[in-house]
Amino acid sequence: MRYAFLDEEAKKEIRRSLLKAIAIPGYIVSFASRELPVARGWGTGGLQITLAMINEKDTLKVIDQGCDGSVNAVNIRNFIKSVTDVNTTVDTKEASIIQTRHRIPEIQLQERQTLVFQVPIPDILETVEPNLGKQKLLHANKDYSKLWVLLYEDTSQFGDSRISNRYPVMVNHRYAMDPSPIPKYDTQKLGNCKALQLFGAGREKKIYAIPPYTNVVPLKFEDREFKVENFEGKSCARCGSTDSFLDEVYDDNGDTHYYCNDTDYCDSNLQIGDK
Amino acid sequence: MILDMRGVSKVFGKFCPKCLETTGADFNSSICPTCKSVVGVNDVNLTLANGEVLGIVGESGSGKSTLLQLIYQDQEASLGEIFVKDFVGRDGEKKNILDANLNELSHLRNSLMSMIYQNPRLGLNYKFSAGGNIAEKVIMSGNKKYDEIRSRALYFLEKTEIPVSRIDDYPEYFSGGQQQRIQISKALSSNPKILLLDEPTTGLDLSVQAKILDLIKELQHEIGFAMVVVSHDLGVIKHLTDITVVMKNGQIVEKGLTDQILEDPQHPYTQLLVSSIL
Repeated sequence: MRYAFLDEEAKKEIRRSLLKAIAIPGYIVSFASRELPVARGWGTGGLQITLAMINEKDTLKVIDQGCDGSVNAVNIRNFIKSVTDVNTTVDTKEASIIQTRHRIPEIQLQERQTLVFQVPIPDILETVEPNLGKQKLLHANKDYSKLWVLLYEDTSQFGDSRISNRYPVMVNHRYAMDPSPIPKYDTQKLGNCKALQLFGAGREKKIYAIPPYTNVVPLKFEDREFKVENFEGKSCARCGSTDSFLDEVYDDNGDTHYYCNDTDYCDSNLQIGDK
Repeated sequence: MILDMRGVSKVFGKFCPKCLETTGADFNSSICPTCKSVVGVNDVNLTLANGEVLGIVGESGSGKSTLLQLIYQDQEASLGEIFVKDFVGRDGEKKNILDANLNELSHLRNSLMSMIYQNPRLGLNYKFSAGGNIAEKVIMSGNKKYDEIRSRALYFLEKTEIPVSRIDDYPEYFSGGQQQRIQISKALSSNPKILLLDEPTTGLDLSVQAKILDLIKELQHEIGFAMVVVSHDLGVIKHLTDITVVMKNGQIVEKGLTDQILEDPQHPYTQLLVSSIL
């Protein structure tokens, strides 16, 4: 078995695509997505990026919707561990590579860290223009009017955008980008982030990136505010946090409880409390 | 000059050196005998002054619509130069729009010119509401403020006599004449310097035709944009335009003031055309 499962040629090709993606922030780069022991569409894009860049000195953290313990995260972590023997962790601060699905950790990321996103649909224009050739032309032309019209129509009919996740962002004033299905709440963490952010779509064979300290802003009208999920008056039933993204959970009696979506953040809050 | 076309040609097919010489009105053919290419537009020279209205008439297949599409860059000309006022390159010099890159082209199509097609399906996006369609054009011309976009859409819908309460309805719920008026609102919303109209009223009933022509004329007087109108209906041409060119087999065979051409046609084809009015 080769180190990190992929053969060296494959890793080289993925790294090359990564370099191009980092050089042109927000631009979608094609790559030859390899077969993996996981079905395509189950995080194979993020997995290939992680495998192509991981080495013995890395510490790996894998999360699925903020949770280190969900099936997808556990399986991917076990797989990478079995083919690389790197140290794994659930602690956001300790990790050097964090592979994630649908969330950005609550704890602010640092310069030495890399955040790898699993992406189902890489091109944000997919929603308004199904033709791939035309999508490329629109990107080349920086013509995002159709996304704007979608925003206009939502604003005129509902007062605000109806998009709850995968909210379109403009990267480095140039490319409109799909940030993967992270909630609107996380959209603001993409910009000026200290860590390197990489996006991999295995099924769609695409890679794109946001280098550290890049300007990333959500698409919004100049005279309208960008609103995110509001948890005012609610707090985590476990750690008491009021400043994190909360999950709404119903118990058998039909009562509503709120918990931190990011389990590591919740745990670290409890630890601080213990001290 | 707001629009200046020099030696513009469009050839469909192999483009051999003899294409332009051996086709045209004198040969009564648009097909090159050597290479069998179809010559859509053959060496056309045209100029248009600020606020002037130009009509293009001619039979089917004479290249009227193709000429319009060459100006709007729906199709790329094979040969020639087209200059549009305020369209300049990086050096500040006038730039041939045939040499324009994608970004410059979108500026050209979104801010300097607008096109109104015969079929509103070509000019409107039926997945967007009436207001959304107008918003698209306004956004493309660079405005990113919701309130301004909305009020602009309302303003032009009111101007074109569409009930403003229907701003969020989709185009397919409007009648044909109303759809055409939405298309006009959309085209005008970006404040174009040149408005191109390709058979704007063909297929509409006579009373609606008259209303739309009056509307276009009124708006033209009020805003003062230049227009190029393509039509095979001489009534439309007479009603709207100051100067007229007559096309046949891709060439301009006669050019002059509209009333002069209609009252005293010189070219045999124009004579035939004018005498054919019912």
